[in-house]
Amino acid sequence: MIPVNWNRTKDLVTSYLFVFPAALLFVVFSIFPFFKVFQLSVFEWDGIATQMRFVGLNNFRDAIFRDPSWWISMRNASEITLVTLLFQNTLALVLALIVDREIKGKNFYRVVFYLPPVLSGIVVGLVWNWIFDGSHGLLNYALTGMGLGGWTRAWLADPKTALLSVAVIHMWKGFGWGFVILLAGLQAIPRELNEAARVDGAGEWRIFSRITVPLMLPVFFLVSVLTILGTMQIFDIIISTTNGGPGYHTEVPITRILVAMVGSSRFGYACSLGILFGLILLAVSMVQMRLSKWSSRYS
Amino acid sequence: MNAILTPPRPSEKIQFQLWAYKIKHWARHGAAELVCLTVAAACLFPLVWMVASSLKTQSTVFSDMSLWVSHPHWHNYYEAWTRGHFSRYFFNSIFYTGIVVFGVIWISSMAAYAFSRLEFPGRNVMFIIIISTMMIPIPGSFIALYVVLNKLGLIDTRLGYILPQINGGLALGIFLLKTFFDKLPPDLEDAARIDGCNKFQVYWHVAMPLAKPAVAVLAVFNALAVWNEYLLAMLVLSNRSLMPLQRGLMVFQGSHITEYPLLMAGIAISIVPIVSLYFLMQRYIVAGITAGALKM
Amino acid sequence: MKFFPRRHPGENQGPVHGFWIPAFAGMTALLAIVSGCAKQEPASKKEIVLWHWLTDREDALETLADQYQKISGVKVRLEVYAPSDVYSSRIRASAQTGTLPEIFGVLGEPWDLASYIKSGHVANLEPAMLAAGGAWQKQFFPKSLANNSFTADNPYGAPPGIYGVPIDVTNIQMLYNKDLFKQAGLDPERPPQSWAEFITDWHKLKAAGIPGLVSGWGETWMINCFASNYAFNVMGEKKVLDTFRGRVLYTDPDWIRVFTLFDEIRREDLLVRGAVTMINKAAEQTFANGKAAFAFNGSWCVHPYQEMNPALSYAPMLPPRISDQFPMRIWGGAGTSFMINAQSPRREEAIRFLQWLTEEPQQSYLSRETFNLPANRSSAGALPPILAGFAAHMDDTTHPSQWAASERPTVIEAVGKGIQSILIGEKTPAQVAEDIETLKRQLMGDARNGAH
Repeated sequence: MIPVNWNRTKDLVTSYLFVFPAALLFVVFSIFPFFKVFQLSVFEWDGIATQMRFVGLNNFRDAIFRDPSWWISMRNASEITLVTLLFQNTLALVLALIVDREIKGKNFYRVVFYLPPVLSGIVVGLVWNWIFDGSHGLLNYALTGMGLGGWTRAWLADPKTALLSVAVIHMWKGFGWGFVILLAGLQAIPRELNEAARVDGAGEWRIFSRITVPLMLPVFFLVSVLTILGTMQIFDIIISTTNGGPGYHTEVPITRILVAMVGSSRFGYACSLGILFGLILLAVSMVQMRLSKWSSRYS
Repeated sequence: MNAILTPPRPSEKIQFQLWAYKIKHWARHGAAELVCLTVAAACLFPLVWMVASSLKTQSTVFSDMSLWVSHPHWHNYYEAWTRGHFSRYFFNSIFYTGIVVFGVIWISSMAAYAFSRLEFPGRNVMFIIIISTMMIPIPGSFIALYVVLNKLGLIDTRLGYILPQINGGLALGIFLLKTFFDKLPPDLEDAARIDGCNKFQVYWHVAMPLAKPAVAVLAVFNALAVWNEYLLAMLVLSNRSLMPLQRGLMVFQGSHITEYPLLMAGIAISIVPIVSLYFLMQRYIVAGITAGALKM
Repeated sequence: MKFFPRRHPGENQGPVHGFWIPAFAGMTALLAIVSGCAKQEPASKKEIVLWHWLTDREDALETLADQYQKISGVKVRLEVYAPSDVYSSRIRASAQTGTLPEIFGVLGEPWDLASYIKSGHVANLEPAMLAAGGAWQKQFFPKSLANNSFTADNPYGAPPGIYGVPIDVTNIQMLYNKDLFKQAGLDPERPPQSWAEFITDWHKLKAAGIPGLVSGWGETWMINCFASNYAFNVMGEKKVLDTFRGRVLYTDPDWIRVFTLFDEIRREDLLVRGAVTMINKAAEQTFANGKAAFAFNGSWCVHPYQEMNPALSYAPMLPPRISDQFPMRIWGGAGTSFMINAQSPRREEAIRFLQWLTEEPQQSYLSRETFNLPANRSSAGALPPILAGFAAHMDDTTHPSQWAASERPTVIEAVGKGIQSILIGEKTPAQVAEDIETLKRQLMGDARNGAH
């Protein structure tokens, strides 16, 4: 009896040892701030004072029912996310597929495509402000040169195009991440499978849909979850280009949280916004995980 | 008899099909190249602008919009290096990046392996809790973090700067690696166990090599995050000899005036190590499954 | 399938062997190396610590600190944390743990400063200011101290007193490009005084193909500043403050007049394309490169303009008046101020340092080195012409921190965003006024019900 139990305990202890370092760091540096945020969300606090006022769920009530700018920001972020999911990831996938095959300059492309994420936010802001500038911007210059002068506008200041312009910058900066992850995933597909299929006479599309897609499904879901999470939390591009304007057209959840924290000095309210945001993101990710499990079982 | 022993001459129809195939192949190849080139140009453009700006002067950096600089001020790079105290900060950044990347890969891969391959009570709950922290942006968590670090006596120490960053990379690391470990063919593991390996050896010899692409991806992502990190440094560190590279770049960004050419030069210098790291790592990202494991 | 060296079956494969001991040892060693790194020495009796965010003045301040050490024997250790939002975060975090330095700055809104004061972090400097017949106080431009002071009837609940020491002053005016004026056939020495003149001049500039006004109106506080200047001009300070108190509605015709101003700006195409989302630095670039005839910016602009285009020929001007009934008041006062940690045992040394820093020779040095207006009046004598033009209007300045009533931050944001909507033609002045008033009523209702 004893030896069996001892082995089982040793087994469990080993398993726990594997997760112990992660769990320790997590508890110290994530759990405590986490609970602090939950705690603060039911108080009215300016971030400085020694006293706080307990307000129960009032912050949440204000956020959900009394703050149209919050829902506008959620809608803006969702729009950017949808556009990004569609275009950025398609581009990343296409490029990963191309670069995966034999193509001239493979190494060069692999490095260059990852340059935008590496580039400092300062440079990104300066260059794209210049591209989209209303009076001397490159885009307007190019459009006029092509005879499309009627299309010129102040891209970042026009309510119709501001959000889309920000999305373009975000996609430009972000496709490198998706590209790298997808490329890694593609590399994990054994060459032999593709070769065997080709020998069997399968065309490119069949190889893609029957071999690549099913094997890559987990990676696709990983990339889309990361894209949704990353894009919904967009903010530094906004701050360096439009600052949420004009009006509320490019406000996003994180900028609203920052305004609550610093502009109106309502720390508790900012925390409640953060929790609301997190719950929504959590729900979306759970749905995605469900879909992922369902589809991998199906394939 | 002749028809059997000698290959038939390609008929007109087949010749046409061959030619059409070649055109299609060339067109697809050409289209692929074109797409790659266009995207590459879009990616390189800001870099080129940045380098060009770094060679101009404060008064020409925004008035002279050309990408080619007729009188390059190469000494901007020297000035950026010295005025930004780069020699001191560079070493710090490399140190922090190395330790954090190592820590994240080590700790998150062990945890991801456990979540993926080991059975223990509370496994799913723990996993969900750790992953959910990726979702909830914690505004103002810097105050709580500062309080914790203060209580632990880690303010203004290297450890106090490193540990929160390792923690920050865990959620994505565990998530990414679990995805890769889940795809591990169970027969490899079983074979290893039959050969008498304990859990750790299976992890180290079987799982990790197969996850090389994911590990390389994590290395690159986390290196970038640490290299560009700034807020935590400003909060936690005071001693200038502990500061990372981003602090050096701040020298050129005044509250009212920004010295653009020097700043661009500084940024240009600062992205060289990161791009080099990526250049080295991308070989592993595309290495794929090591040949040994699959040859049965 | 053989992966690795055969082990004898039955050999103990426990986890402790082989790897874990060296791993544990390695990690411990690493931690030991990593943690044993130099911590800052705690400040001694002869040392005071000053935290600031002014990276472009770092060298000038270091020089002065060295000078001070030679004179007094007290070492002033300067630490820079930039940019200003990161600096504020650090101040907040340090306040929570009681680790603030002797001298620091409180950036942000008046209610933040009030909060720091009430939490016991900021020392009241009124006794020091009034000592020796108010010798220290008299050195400053009166308005510059007002920004950091609270009077007995302040709306923030702060105990009355003087809490900050300005080391420079600033104000925000309009600027015009003299060369572009000449190009349009206007007299470069006669900027428009009234709004009607301003529009007439603008038509001439427009005919010459010159873009009009640029300002960092992507930063809503700048819009609020411009709007506030004209609100004071149209209806006078008292009515503006009564609006904050809720006694006057935002739908009042005078407020509609102010909002209509922005509609007029839109109809006249006066604003440079894209200015409604520009940050101030981008607007500075535009004006410095001669791509706009007018700018709305603060006196700090002199340094960047100088750096970006030394040949720029320009001058400050007051925003052109709409009405002659009330004066045009611009925003201004203290530029950079330092506060003293009320809990530090070295308060006296800190005060002495700040007193020295605000003396005439040091102020003149700072002003010369950093192109800012000195806080000490006696240093304002030998200023270069453009800075002198700014300094001349220090007495016309006002600032929200000095007002007897304050508006709620949510309403302030609604005003700024609403004006942006007017500028892009999305809403009419009447609609925006309606929106703001509705929001105001809602917040006031909540306040009455004790929710806020």
